[in-house]
Amino acid sequence: MSKKDLEVIIATDCGSTTTKAILIEKKGDTYRQTFRGEAPTTVEAPFEDVTKGVLNSITEVEELSGRKILDGEKIITPCEGSKGVDIYVSTSSAGGGLQMMVAGAVKAMTGESAQRCALGAGAIVMDVLASNDGRADHEKIERIRQLRPDMMLLSGGTDGGTVTHVVELAQFLKAADPKPRLGASYKLPVIYAGNNKAHDQIKQILGDRTALIITENLRPSLERENLMPARHKIHDIFLEHVMQQAPGYPRLMKMVGAPIMPTPAAVGTMTEKFAKANGFNVLAVDIGGATTDVFSVFSEVFNRTVSANLGMSYSISNVMAEAGLANILRWLPFDIEEQDLRNRLKNKMIRPTTIPQTVEDLMIEHAVSREALRLAFDQHKALAVGLKGVQQERSISDAFEQTASGQSLINVMKLDYVIGSGGILAHSPRRTQSMMMMIDAYQPEGITRMAVDSIFMMPHLGVLAQISEKAALDVFYNDCLVRLGTCLAPKGLAKEGQKIMEWEVTGSDGSRQAGELRFGDMVHVPFAAPKAKLVAKPVKGFDMGAGSGNKVEADIEGGVVGLVLDGRGRPFALPKDHSKRRADLNKWYKALGMYPV
Amino acid sequence: MAHAYTPGLKVMPCTLLKKKRLLPIPGKVLAALDQQVDALDVVAKTELPGKVFSINVANRLAVGPEEVPGFMLKKEGDPVKKGETIAENKPFLKWFKTTIESTVDGTVESISNVTGQVLLREPPKVLPIKAYVKGKVVEVTPDFGVTLEAEGTFIQGIFGVGGETNGEIVVAVNSPDEDLTPEDIKDTYKGKIVIGGKHASLATIKRAVELGVNAIVVGGIHDRDLRQLLGYDIGVAETGTENIGITLIVTEGFGMIPMAEYTFKLLSSRNGEKASVSGATQIRAGVMRPEIIVPGYPKHVTECKKDQGRGWIEPGDPIRIIREPHFGVIGTVKSLPPELTVIGSESHARVLEVQLDGGEVIVVPRANIEVLEK
Repeated sequence: MSKKDLEVIIATDCGSTTTKAILIEKKGDTYRQTFRGEAPTTVEAPFEDVTKGVLNSITEVEELSGRKILDGEKIITPCEGSKGVDIYVSTSSAGGGLQMMVAGAVKAMTGESAQRCALGAGAIVMDVLASNDGRADHEKIERIRQLRPDMMLLSGGTDGGTVTHVVELAQFLKAADPKPRLGASYKLPVIYAGNNKAHDQIKQILGDRTALIITENLRPSLERENLMPARHKIHDIFLEHVMQQAPGYPRLMKMVGAPIMPTPAAVGTMTEKFAKANGFNVLAVDIGGATTDVFSVFSEVFNRTVSANLGMSYSISNVMAEAGLANILRWLPFDIEEQDLRNRLKNKMIRPTTIPQTVEDLMIEHAVSREALRLAFDQHKALAVGLKGVQQERSISDAFEQTASGQSLINVMKLDYVIGSGGILAHSPRRTQSMMMMIDAYQPEGITRMAVDSIFMMPHLGVLAQISEKAALDVFYNDCLVRLGTCLAPKGLAKEGQKIMEWEVTGSDGSRQAGELRFGDMVHVPFAAPKAKLVAKPVKGFDMGAGSGNKVEADIEGGVVGLVLDGRGRPFALPKDHSKRRADLNKWYKALGMYPV
Repeated sequence: MAHAYTPGLKVMPCTLLKKKRLLPIPGKVLAALDQQVDALDVVAKTELPGKVFSINVANRLAVGPEEVPGFMLKKEGDPVKKGETIAENKPFLKWFKTTIESTVDGTVESISNVTGQVLLREPPKVLPIKAYVKGKVVEVTPDFGVTLEAEGTFIQGIFGVGGETNGEIVVAVNSPDEDLTPEDIKDTYKGKIVIGGKHASLATIKRAVELGVNAIVVGGIHDRDLRQLLGYDIGVAETGTENIGITLIVTEGFGMIPMAEYTFKLLSSRNGEKASVSGATQIRAGVMRPEIIVPGYPKHVTECKKDQGRGWIEPGDPIRIIREPHFGVIGTVKSLPPELTVIGSESHARVLEVQLDGGEVIVVPRANIEVLEK
């Protein structure tokens, strides 16, 4: 079938707890998401067959839409009138997702490249081994033995360079004799993407102990990363080995019309397509109960990180452990005993499905979420960097501005769009709460549009984008994104109450709003027009993206929140004085109408 | 009748339990099908390969890696003793002789002519798997272990730390809302499973560890005490491997929360009997809760019920609220309105009406309650 023929599409995402199905139909020239259904995922006992949950979720779509999609346990293709669909696609993160261990010769060079490669393929990286990772050899071997990954990525050395380190890593790997997580009977898949001069030695060492796959070097030279061949191999093995071991997946693989993608890989694909189609720098985050995924596209470079233990239920206690209680308490406009807060967070950890009933409890969860988002973003910034170890030519003029290689690619002033998803951002009682949480966590500078993916459709659209980019982007714009609005945050510092910017916004519907922003204030301007022109004139010492004191004209978006003018300055710091901090928080929360009074 | 799904912890006077006792890697199964086993019997064992240590022979002898095999006195697979010479150079003058000794007892794992490294492996360690509960072998998984079946009292806690242990149950307080104080822990409790009431403080737990108590089961603990006990904050609930000299099981949650009366009475009815307990808790994928298993029937019970696992609630069911602002409060389900209701936080949620002991009726999200056994 040619891609033009797609009229009706069914897509599922098999998550750890829920399998979600969406129906996409072509209406005129545009694809729209029309119905959705969900059912509990059935990977674990007593069902142990993922397709049961898939069929249940599709049955719900059938009931809602009136379209007959299933013939028994088969999906009817192609679509004819009100019967069948043209294609079925799916993503999966059930059963803990794809868990990998990676190794590289030098931690900051091939180690980091290997990590980026695995993360970009949608994996959770359990550990990064490197010759210089500070652990003694026997500790490395012990670590390989303890972890039971789904597969391993071994890299090291540039093409034609020294083979010693990578051969040493292979020998450690052989000595550890690691076992795969699922299925005790098959050999652990090991992808070798290192120095091409070492192929023979690697084959000799690992050939009979592991399921060895050799591919192109992911760091052929210090100046170049070549992550795609290894990423493709990861996807192949994910389908061939890992998924074959998961309950019901061999059947699911026969049902789909395109290869199943790991959920995060699909979200990454969608983020990239969106960024490319608009020429935006994009940050997308998915904060779940256990983990937080961060995706970014800056200057056309895609990066993904996953913070495996930062989340809002299973991992809520770990957010407290990593951020520290003081950092959570700083966002609360009321007093709470340390012991009380500790017990509350631990009780959420052991009973992860409970929900906040009071505003106070909601504020506590929002405080934790700011810290989880911030920490996951910090981890992302640390990995989304330029290549380290690259030689730089410097002229005399650079002598005053020495920058090391490996600078973070993330620049919040150049960030155009933030997309949030995951329960706490997608289902907050008031949308201003979601927007404020993202503003506080990321502290965007200048002009930043914001949206949430309220029913987490990005996985479905990412896998669909492999078949039809138009269908995926149509649905993404029209049905997936809930536009919150735009944050305007001048960069700079001043005295409280001092005027820092004049602004004027004219909507595509002719609506016009204007005003002034004073330092220390937050201003909320409801503004729903999807497109608008902004003229912002920051005072000297404040920057909106065009340099200190320079006027900026830009296209922005209104939304369900509208405009949020953040006059708290950048770098932003909460007042140290306890009562002043509480007063400021109350003032800002009130200005945004965040919580019921 | 209106009902709603709710997960609850199992507290059963007598039920038929199945326990898989499997090795992490293949080994030898020691118990046979239909065999009766005691909690401390070993049902399977295996050998874990020994730790590996490396010696950079090329560097130490100042030779090229490719020359290393020529200087080795031991071959791959040869046994070595700690301190035994495994490689040496052959200088013209014997003063310049360098010898390399084995750092461990074990075998030579590999000799590399690329890196110049020699890997030595310690002897394997025996890993036994005990039956853990008294019961009968109903299935043998060749090379890995057995499945046991046992009848007995089964009580799940909400959270625990520390691994599997066994001992005699001793109820150390008079009521479920009593604090378990350090003074309550008697010298004679060594090797026992001590049952407390609403709370155990750090001082109590430390005293129990000192006296060699095997486990404490209590309604609640403070997170701050847990942190001090472990020396770190638990981030994600995956426990069972802590090495703190005791197994600790919390039946209700964090804070001071009286143990559910039904649980307390049931444990009291098995006072003086032998129990198997485990603190292992895992709340992500494949939930695992800590447990107390007492083989056999309580005195007042005559038949062993199957786990019916009703999994839903109905009006009249006793429940406990498990989230603020009424955390720990016990009541009865009055009604289950089907429509979404706006709660205090402004979220739309499925709720239920709960009648409290004093007659007051409050509205609580369904997600925030737990069913109690009658």
